[in-house]
Amino acid sequence: MISLSEIDITVKRATKAVGFSWGIAEEVGKGISLLEMFGLPGIKNLNQYYKIYKDKKFQNISLISKSNISKISYCPIISGINFLDQIFTLKELPEINFENIAFPILFIPFISRSSEIVGKKIFLKIDQREFLLNFNQSIYSNYLEGNRIIEKANKIKIIFLENENTFNKNDWKELYNLSRETFVDESEELKKTAAGAGLTDND
Amino acid sequence: MEVQLRDPKVVMKLSKLGSFHQSKLSFLRSFLKEFKDWKYKRDLFQLDENGYGRAVYSLRKNNRTYSLVCFANQISDEERSDRVIATKWDTAFALHDGIPTKKDLDRLYEDVPKQEIGRLSYKELTLSRANKSMRIFNHVVESLSQGIQPNKDKIMEVGYLYRTTAVYGSGKFGLADRFRIKNRDEICGPFRLEMMLVYLVREFTFDQVNHIAKQKNPRKAVELDKDICRNLGIGNSTGLGMAPFIINHPTLLNNWIFAKEISLKKIREIENVKDCEAELFIKLLKKSLKNITSWNTDSEFQREKIFGLLRDMKKLINFLNKGFDFKDKYSFNELYLWCEKNLKDECIEYVVSLMMEPYDKIINPLIEQMSVDEEKYFNIPTQKNIENLRNILEANYSEIIKIDFSKKENNQNFWFISKNKEEPRLADRYIDHGAELEQPLAIARDIKILYQRISNIKNSLSIGRFLIENNDLRHVVRRAFISENFPYAEIQDNIIGHQLMPIDMLRLKLSFFGAVKFDPRSDKWLRICMFQGAPLLNDLKSFDDGWIYNYLN
Repeated sequence: MISLSEIDITVKRATKAVGFSWGIAEEVGKGISLLEMFGLPGIKNLNQYYKIYKDKKFQNISLISKSNISKISYCPIISGINFLDQIFTLKELPEINFENIAFPILFIPFISRSSEIVGKKIFLKIDQREFLLNFNQSIYSNYLEGNRIIEKANKIKIIFLENENTFNKNDWKELYNLSRETFVDESEELKKTAAGAGLTDND
Repeated sequence: MEVQLRDPKVVMKLSKLGSFHQSKLSFLRSFLKEFKDWKYKRDLFQLDENGYGRAVYSLRKNNRTYSLVCFANQISDEERSDRVIATKWDTAFALHDGIPTKKDLDRLYEDVPKQEIGRLSYKELTLSRANKSMRIFNHVVESLSQGIQPNKDKIMEVGYLYRTTAVYGSGKFGLADRFRIKNRDEICGPFRLEMMLVYLVREFTFDQVNHIAKQKNPRKAVELDKDICRNLGIGNSTGLGMAPFIINHPTLLNNWIFAKEISLKKIREIENVKDCEAELFIKLLKKSLKNITSWNTDSEFQREKIFGLLRDMKKLINFLNKGFDFKDKYSFNELYLWCEKNLKDECIEYVVSLMMEPYDKIINPLIEQMSVDEEKYFNIPTQKNIENLRNILEANYSEIIKIDFSKKENNQNFWFISKNKEEPRLADRYIDHGAELEQPLAIARDIKILYQRISNIKNSLSIGRFLIENNDLRHVVRRAFISENFPYAEIQDNIIGHQLMPIDMLRLKLSFFGAVKFDPRSDKWLRICMFQGAPLLNDLKSFDDGWIYNYLN
């Protein structure tokens, strides 16, 4: 099995070899290791992307806005890097949409890292595939097609999720009451002495 | 009294870093202290009469076992080489996570001797190989088989029976990634598993010579004397491959140096030095004189350093004898200030290491802070602005941005990765080909370009916006922000300049490993010795922590 460290370093070098800067190459190395660690086909998609990268033209987005549309497919790496770099302004937008991103799997690690930076879960939809990016700790998804190469995403939607509970008040109340069954009901004497404080409040 | 930390712009100069010595902070010393209560076992020893075959040694603590798997092979003298181009070695080793099964051993037998072209699994943690020291291996075997101990002078001159030529870890060639082991309680500091491998290899080398001698002459053979064993370490031959590590791991480098600098600061701030502390310092200082004279090298550069060190040590002893009183307040501070004024770096740094010896209480907590989770500091704080960046560059790189890179001599070298061995190399930009494939290690030059690039950019521009058009400098923008929080992260020198001494970079790293007897074979590779004087596995429960200053009488 290829180790994540080998993936990181080889991807970094390959990224430099196709023409990106060393600084970007470092980001891609980390990103592909992350994808592979989460079981997503990073190497396969990157390899395919780099095969066509020099011959085909891709759009390099610079400033990301609410809606980003291009006739030429966006480069997933430059889009991802700029998303990451602009995250502190982008997080204020309710929803961000892209149309036409090449090899969108390669875009995912940058959004995952953004989730950690802003401290919010991010919902990412790549056409029909949905991903929940949890602070860069895990990726929850309905994308279970395994080792597939996805050459293009027509529509990508990104939503920053507010830090809210996934349960209602009643769910919590019921569970809390159950947890109280491990507590001891104190006698009057115990109320006075068990905490170890003095007998008057102001001594 | 508060003593300031030493200025990173002074400490992080390569000539200074290349004068560092082993200390209580060094990994092989802290490793031995951590492993006092581990259980050791020789699980397998299947060598033929010539010492070829396989062996397994294990160290166990609680429910965790680490096993050194050894393969000893027959090779001809012509095939034996320390250079990285070698393809065969006398021995090859892997540290296995757990107890290897027969199936694991057979798998490892196929791949471990192949080293870089073999494939390991996540069950293996470190990988290494070693060659016999032709200067003493046969002499030791011959002597033992004749029933006599080997010549002690020869033993001290070389210092080891085997010399490793690489010790790999952290995911190389399929080995386990760091994330798999980083949260293990029983291994706390950096490079613990590499140290464990080398230490167990040392044990194997003794068993092997005893075994061959016994096979050779079963009636007459004797075992290698335990005191001689203690004074044999493991050699290591190290080339440029190690140098970029200290550039590529800035936060880790910072934590190593910071631990040293904090130690020194705290020791200088001690108001009253106890008698026993002063006595230990003096005792080890005197022992060092004898120890240092056993550092042999053909390198004129290193010989001059050793002679200079000895000259300065004598000067220091003279100073101490002429009325210096450790009973005076802040005496270690006084001593340090005198050293700075009167001695050269080689000796100043040796004295700094010696000053740490009496102070476990200061040093031990710092050892735990020498690792780092590098991933935490990878993200660039893109919400910051150009003013922040400019301030960092002017504060932390003031010497670097003075370098004139339009001068040929300041651009003389470039670092590249060899296609043959996938290892870092250094070449002359104006003579050799390949500069267009330069590795991103010319930090000083790129920091200077960054500084010039932002000279006309308004202060309020965010780093995120700046990077849109300037991603070619992204690698140094990242480093600059790392240096904001890690003052000792950056070497304050130009490592592509014509005056570069690459072995300074190697010595820095090796000093933190705990290596001694630096013996440069050129300006790009050197031999060293590890664990010479160290306790044997059976001594680990109780040993003198000053073992590294011992000398075989």
